[in-house]
Amino acid sequence: MLTPNPRHEEGLFYLLAAIGGLVSAIGLAAALYMEHSGHVVTGMNNQIVWGLPHVFAIFLIVAASGVLNVASMGSVFGRVLYKSRAPLSGLLALAMISGGLAIIMLDLGRADRLMVAATHFNPTSVFGWNVILYPVFYGLVAVYLWTMMERRMNPYSKAAGLATFVWRVVLTSGTGSIFAFLVARQAYGSALLAPMFIIMSFSWGLAVFIVVQATMYAWNGMTLPPLILQRLKNLLATFVAAVLYFTIILHLVNAYFAKNIAFEYFILFDSEFTVAFWLGQVLIGSLLPLALLFHPATRTKALWVNLAALLVIVGAYYQLHVFIIGGQAFPLDIFPGYNVKSSFFDGAVDSYSASLPEILLAVGGLGIAFTMTTIGVRVLHFLPQDDLAELEAAGGITD
Amino acid sequence: MTAPQIPDSNPRRAFIAAAGAGVAGLGFTVIAPGLHLMAVGQANAAEARKAGTVASPAVRWGLLIDANKCAPGCTKCIDACHTENGISEKLPDARQNSQWIRKIELVDRRNGRKTELPMMCQHCANPPCVDVCPTGASMKRADGIVLVDRHTCIGCRYCMMACPYKARSFVHAPLTQQNPEVPRGQGCVESCTLCVHRVDKGQQPACVESCPEGAMTFGDLNDPASAIAKRIASVPTTQVRADLRLNQGVRYEGI
Repeated sequence: MLTPNPRHEEGLFYLLAAIGGLVSAIGLAAALYMEHSGHVVTGMNNQIVWGLPHVFAIFLIVAASGVLNVASMGSVFGRVLYKSRAPLSGLLALAMISGGLAIIMLDLGRADRLMVAATHFNPTSVFGWNVILYPVFYGLVAVYLWTMMERRMNPYSKAAGLATFVWRVVLTSGTGSIFAFLVARQAYGSALLAPMFIIMSFSWGLAVFIVVQATMYAWNGMTLPPLILQRLKNLLATFVAAVLYFTIILHLVNAYFAKNIAFEYFILFDSEFTVAFWLGQVLIGSLLPLALLFHPATRTKALWVNLAALLVIVGAYYQLHVFIIGGQAFPLDIFPGYNVKSSFFDGAVDSYSASLPEILLAVGGLGIAFTMTTIGVRVLHFLPQDDLAELEAAGGITD
Repeated sequence: MTAPQIPDSNPRRAFIAAAGAGVAGLGFTVIAPGLHLMAVGQANAAEARKAGTVASPAVRWGLLIDANKCAPGCTKCIDACHTENGISEKLPDARQNSQWIRKIELVDRRNGRKTELPMMCQHCANPPCVDVCPTGASMKRADGIVLVDRHTCIGCRYCMMACPYKARSFVHAPLTQQNPEVPRGQGCVESCTLCVHRVDKGQQPACVESCPEGAMTFGDLNDPASAIAKRIASVPTTQVRADLRLNQGVRYEGI
């Protein structure tokens, strides 16, 4: 096995942590600039009110709860294979939700009033629910990590894992419900969105986990046992297929409703989002990964499985871009049966291109998640170590 | 067969509130909402609201707009609104400018009939913007006027996602030349206030007063003797997107 040069390795760690810190700091500076100048310096407007920062933030938040699934399978469902991966899964969950929430909060028109969100609670608001859901998620994952990493607390790890699993299901339902509870826009307002976001989180979270795990193994000169790779890739393929299934059903049902035909036609066949949908979401994010994960020539090779996981992450970006930006770009149907126009761009398809500050803010969120992960895996013991004999005995890789 | 009666109160809202309180109860004690508006007197629609008294739920302020009278190309109501509320910014990207009221040109797809009408916050009885606001900054006053509390709006724009009428604007840039009676704020969401500062003084909204055609009628929908209530009782009127059952305070005739 390859033994890395410790000095070289340490230098590389500091370099990565510095890059992550710098990207985060630039994101913060961009947010301050937006706060000072106003959102006039962004590409967002009065029709497309949520833009690139929200695409990145929602990806991070959804994937954060999904990456925790790896831990849940170990603690809650007793799979030995996943138990050794539970601490890394918990760390990634905390890192990504931190990045996602930082973006959302710093994009607020009045980020300085964040405390108001904590002291004024509106029970009818899904956003309001999230003010509770996210901090509790933080707390539960932290306790769960503690029960896993502190030997004396190990007996409580299953209970903590179960509580975390239940909470993450509620949390992701809450994220999907942000859009489900919208009566105004044709892209949203479907109960399907809550379970769909959960399955999206399974897929995206596992994809992130596979990529991070591969990086850590490569860093330490280790190779992932082929049987473990096989289990992870089978699971990823199942989740990717499930997301595709939900996508098809959502669009099929929506397209049947006469009032939504124009919107579906817009997204699927006649807009700047059409290519993003078919090429980005369907081909790159779903079909190509599935082909790589199932084809006999690629499915047993770590390189191709990792590439498939990367493609799933790229596809997730396109999916959220089409869903969030595309859903707002299509005009509201305020007067069904009429062609309308106004100085406020009623009836007009809007277009959106992110400005530099909002790109930097969005990437800054990724930087926060990256930095937390890099420092976490360096300082604490997060590298999954498998006892193959124990795995075989538990049947963890044969069932 | 008779259609089922739809109550004015919104069961959707009650349901979401119960679900939300349930979620809150899982981890926290629910924090008290920031603002309570209590009725302690009967406001007279014809008089100014006395200092120190609160808005009355006995009143439901509303607006009836006759699209048949709305003159093509006329923007007097918009100009009056902008002057009254200190809306003067002209940003390079017009889509980022605030528009509390706008003229919409409609063409009926079936017969090509053209109509123009002013569109603004519809002051729903069951406003989605109020439901979704995380801090309760988006609120409905006891007399039916939907407002944004400038002090508790955090600028998340969720209300803009929820409004079916595109009635809300986000203040994208620093403001100047504000009207002291109409505080606005960068980073906050805003919309038509029905000129609440004028209504509280017993005056009409600026748009109503400015219309040369008399196309807009303002008054108390709950008062059968008011001009607006009489008109609504005597001619067919429309609530925009009535299918959403939001029970708007702004009604239209001629569409």
